[in-house]
Amino acid sequence: MSRIVARNVWKEYGDQVVLERVNLDIGEREFCTLVGASGCGKTTFLRLLLGQERPSRGELLLDGRPWPAEPGPDRGVVFQRYSVFPHLSVLDNVLLGLELRRARLAGRLFGAARRRARDEAGKMLDAVGLGAARDKYPHMLSGGMQQRLAIAQSLVHRPRLLLLDEPFGALDPGIRADMHRLIVGLWERSDTTVVMITHDLKEGFALGTRLLVFDKPRLDAQAPEAYGATITYDLPLGKRGAPPLETLSAATARTAWFQHDMAAVRSSAAPTK
Amino acid sequence: MRRLVNLRPGRMGAFYLGALPFLLVLLIYLVASDLRLAANPDDKLLPSFARIGAAIADLALEPNVRSGELTLWVDTAASLRRLLLGLAIAAVAGFGFGVLTGLVPYARAALAPFIAVLSMVPPLAILPVLFIVFGLDEVSKIVLIVIGVTPFIMRDLAMRVAELPDEQLVKAQTLGASTWQMALRVVGPQMLPRLIDALRLSLGPAWLFLIAAEAIAATEGLGYRIFLLRRYLAMDSILPYVAWITLLAFGLDLLLRQLSRRAFPWFQPAGQRA
Repeated sequence: MSRIVARNVWKEYGDQVVLERVNLDIGEREFCTLVGASGCGKTTFLRLLLGQERPSRGELLLDGRPWPAEPGPDRGVVFQRYSVFPHLSVLDNVLLGLELRRARLAGRLFGAARRRARDEAGKMLDAVGLGAARDKYPHMLSGGMQQRLAIAQSLVHRPRLLLLDEPFGALDPGIRADMHRLIVGLWERSDTTVVMITHDLKEGFALGTRLLVFDKPRLDAQAPEAYGATITYDLPLGKRGAPPLETLSAATARTAWFQHDMAAVRSSAAPTK
Repeated sequence: MRRLVNLRPGRMGAFYLGALPFLLVLLIYLVASDLRLAANPDDKLLPSFARIGAAIADLALEPNVRSGELTLWVDTAASLRRLLLGLAIAAVAGFGFGVLTGLVPYARAALAPFIAVLSMVPPLAILPVLFIVFGLDEVSKIVLIVIGVTPFIMRDLAMRVAELPDEQLVKAQTLGASTWQMALRVVGPQMLPRLIDALRLSLGPAWLFLIAAEAIAATEGLGYRIFLLRRYLAMDSILPYVAWITLLAFGLDLLLRQLSRRAFPWFQPAGQRA
């Protein structure tokens, strides 16, 4: 069954059309990357998926049911920043999700239930390579480690959907490659559908099973807000195969920013091959 | 020669520089006192240190002739009790309402305008009302501190809650948190060091309200005593009382600062971030 279905989704703020005619069908266990220039509605789309916003028109379905009206535990999220709680230790950050779901009133587990949850959280931390840092506070961690923590925190209770909003955008290139291996590894071992936003086309290709390009197909120079962005390209990617760069390049001739990025990808890919 | 802004005193240098103004004030007092006493040995305005020392010993160590109590300690206990009780109630109320109005839009819409107006009422202007309603005893003094300090704490905390990154609150919801759980596990704990900061800033006003209330109607207390002693021009007692109040206020502030540092190691006030 399809995890995410979007049927003719529009998002408008007053006269400003941000998204128009978005049609999409994302299955279980897919890893979708969303790329596009800034201001092309990627983040608005993510806010729709989170439930922070509702579509102005059209229909959005999660596992066949109407989309929840607010963020919930079925959809985990990792933002570029501020995803972890500064007042909790690394272990407690991961533990929090388990405690919130198992102790509705106290928000805290005690005794044997707490020990069980601690074991689960500890395993999750080991899986993201933070086993040794479990007693530290987030401000003592590097940016990459904080994002590892944010990922562990989201995945510990196995959400159906994991939303990543430029999660590695603030990291050094070397760290970013580590994080790519980590997230792909975690995704392969889970049954979570991942939707990741990135402005880095190369990252979009390197990860994931499917690449979605958000862009404005129509542009009115007199009224740039009259038309919204939509999914202009929807490319299945071989899991580890070479990305069909040439196909995409030919198909995206209209979009200037994309051409620019494609050139960068090609030139950086060339020497390694 | 390097620029002035780049020159920093060493540890000892900073210590001596910090002590300098204190020593200067002491010196000026000593000289002025000596000059006045040389002209008139019975001068009450700038008593000698010997006189002040005798007055302190009298107030702190000698039982009062009529009541048999040690005046300074009775006053200190009475004042601290009022002050701490008032601050504690204000802290609890301010924290609760601050988190509530900061986190829940409906609570904010209902309460924020009312609190904004309420906080503009000068507390001392309603002191007569408090005396009428609560009588001249302890309650009216404590209520004055609570009324004077709570709106500030409440509004400060509501603003701090609003400053929390939106991402954190969304993240908490994706972990399954209800509104109550968000207040309990995410927002509340992060507001505790902020509450201590707000309390530290409230210490000055709280002392002001306390001394004002004690000056008008009380039978013991630090503020009551200095206003009583004023009738006798007893500068030799008033000055050490003022110094003692200052020391108490300073000590409370230090205590709160230490508490914040010990209890919330994760808290990094702006400017101290690594």
